Amino acid sequence: MVMLQKLFILLVINWLILLSGGVFAGGKLVGSSGVTQIEGSGGGGIVPWATLAGSGTRDEVSGSAFFSAVSVDDFRMSAYGVSYAFRDRVEVSVAHQEFRSDDKTVQLAQNVLGMKVRLFGDLVYTPWPQVALGAQYKNASSSNAIRFLGAKKDHGVDYYLAVTKAWLDGPLHRTFVLNTTLRYSKANQLGLLGFGGDKQDGYLGLLEASAVIFVTRHWALGAEYRQKPNQLNAIKEDDWKDLFVTYIPNKKAALSFAVVDLGRIGGRKKQTGGYLSLQIAY
Amino acid sequence: MYRYLLASFLVSMLGACQSLPEQDDSLYLALGGKAGISKIIDIFIYEIGQTEEVVHHFEDTDIDRFREKQIEHICVLAGGPCTYMGDEMRPVHEGMNISEAEFNAMTDAMIRALNVAKISIGDRNRLLAIIAPMRAEVIYQ
Repeated sequence: MVMLQKLFILLVINWLILLSGGVFAGGKLVGSSGVTQIEGSGGGGIVPWATLAGSGTRDEVSGSAFFSAVSVDDFRMSAYGVSYAFRDRVEVSVAHQEFRSDDKTVQLAQNVLGMKVRLFGDLVYTPWPQVALGAQYKNASSSNAIRFLGAKKDHGVDYYLAVTKAWLDGPLHRTFVLNTTLRYSKANQLGLLGFGGDKQDGYLGLLEASAVIFVTRHWALGAEYRQKPNQLNAIKEDDWKDLFVTYIPNKKAALSFAVVDLGRIGGRKKQTGGYLSLQIAY
Repeated sequence: MYRYLLASFLVSMLGACQSLPEQDDSLYLALGGKAGISKIIDIFIYEIGQTEEVVHHFEDTDIDRFREKQIEHICVLAGGPCTYMGDEMRPVHEGMNISEAEFNAMTDAMIRALNVAKISIGDRNRLLAIIAPMRAEVIYQ
């Protein structure tokens, strides 16, 4: 945990140095880099895509930073992080998540170190989709609370394969993006409640999907779905869903709002609420 | 037998010719025909001039010829009654080593031109979807 925090600070400083030196360049088309999902990987809001965060092309190094906040009935969550994309091939990301109940009885946090490699394809330009393989190493705090609830470990790795395709001239002559991600994971509530459980302990294949329509070049509407495991006897976990609108004024910024349905969390009733996310990309 | 096959072949060819669907010129018309496309290309050329990343590629370009070929090409791609007499995509970009970012900057210039010319989003997407697959023949040649 401490080592990951040091690495996190180091990467943020490094990112700021690169930013001030004007090393980052952005040659991608507006909207073609997606945004940053809650674990810090390039994607939608809750699902990682095959796209790499930042607006760099195959000749460029690019970076992005994000801040997201979620507020549902009984809980609040915030996440922030930075990422680099090297030549539109490899993405490295670090993110920090904090989660707490409004009555302050629950406080959880974790760091996520992510890596993604674009295997083949181009979101917009190839007839076949863009395909990427990724991993997210997560390290949760409050190890004792997590174990008390039945989780086996406070750290773990998720692996995912993401397939993403854009159609410039889709239905209604609007640009569409569809994404399907297969995640291989042991994480309870993203990993905030640890990995593996007393009910089930083993990697599970989980399906995630996103659909986006660009109403104009700068406004996009979308929906997402993320299947979740249910490995703890003490508390139930449900699949996550959201409906979002993203405003992309230019290549450098994106602002997303969403209504989210996170199902049951920590033994409380169904949690619904809002999500806000800001991304800056270079 | 051969004569019969040949005859039936010719008849089927004739049938094929007759049943050829009429070319869909709806995009051509939506872009404003030849006059509308000429206007779009004029704005496009102005936008290229404003685009730092790509303008150096046009230092030795005969702009009048470039304009004429662009109008012809877009006209043909949009289903209009034109003939593109210009070069093939690959050889014409050979040695230019156009990068992905430069291609995207050109696409941005075209999108701005279509916006200025007040082409609807739907028609803009239709045209972009026709142009996009040519990228492989344009970049890194």
